[in-house]
Amino acid sequence: MTATVGVVQFPGTNCEHDVVEAVGAVGGSATLLWHGDGSIGDVDAVVVPGGFAHGDYLRPGAIARFSPIMAAVADFAERGGPVVGICNGFQVLTEAGLLPGALQKNAGLKFICDESQLRVASNDSVLTGGTEVGDLLSVPINHFEGNFTCDAETEQRLVDNDQIVLTYVNNPNGSVADIAGICNEGRNVVGLMPHPERAVSALLGSEDGLVLLGSMIDAAAGARV
Amino acid sequence: MTYSVLVEVQLRPGIADPQGATIERALPALGFDGVNGVRVGKSMRFTVDAADEAAARAQVDELCARFLTNPVIEDANVTIEAP
Repeated sequence: MTATVGVVQFPGTNCEHDVVEAVGAVGGSATLLWHGDGSIGDVDAVVVPGGFAHGDYLRPGAIARFSPIMAAVADFAERGGPVVGICNGFQVLTEAGLLPGALQKNAGLKFICDESQLRVASNDSVLTGGTEVGDLLSVPINHFEGNFTCDAETEQRLVDNDQIVLTYVNNPNGSVADIAGICNEGRNVVGLMPHPERAVSALLGSEDGLVLLGSMIDAAAGARV
Repeated sequence: MTYSVLVEVQLRPGIADPQGATIERALPALGFDGVNGVRVGKSMRFTVDAADEAAARAQVDELCARFLTNPVIEDANVTIEAP
């Protein structure tokens, strides 16, 4: 029995079809969820994909968090359902309060589109369950506002609770503690700036995204809520 | 009553401001010396219909906290003018 992943589509989202394709590559099935719907239907996991939801107006994610579907996503997360925010999706999840911290402009003020080397910092999350701590993964990044920031107290809490799941080997954007991805305290909500859905075939330069998305499918199949 | 509102959003103290830092670094090359502490923010102007100024301020404060700022990284300075 495979898992069904709901992929949220806001006006301005542009990575949803890549995620649908990549979910298929790891044996899951995917369905698009429109941001204006108040329900996520009968899915086993939710991905908030990358792009520019609502044009990123005001701040990335600031308007998206008020889209009707986000209440259903928050409810699903509250019940332990796996929720993964990729790039703009990570920004949406922080704005929605499902993850701590915020993402601000890259330290060098440049839009960065590049390969990034990631190190698995925790394999206790719905996105990294199939990895080992210390694994190195090559996954592309593509963002202007990927500089993760939070106050010192929050950073300490992230460290103490093992909520930092992925770090950059060579921090490209100024993120606090080299953070590329974090999870919530329940470990079922993960946000990351790199795009695992763009690293699912040797033809794309890397297959290292497969283990991440495969972990999400396993978590979704194992923890139906 | 209709009140004019100016909301100035700025990064909180201690939050790195790469835009401000870049502007500050460029100034000496342009011959402007002694300019320090550059911080870049944004401003929003709108009007609010409310019974009195206190009610207008309460409404704008909530609007700032819930939507116009991200309290993790930003503060708002609100100026309200009676018509």
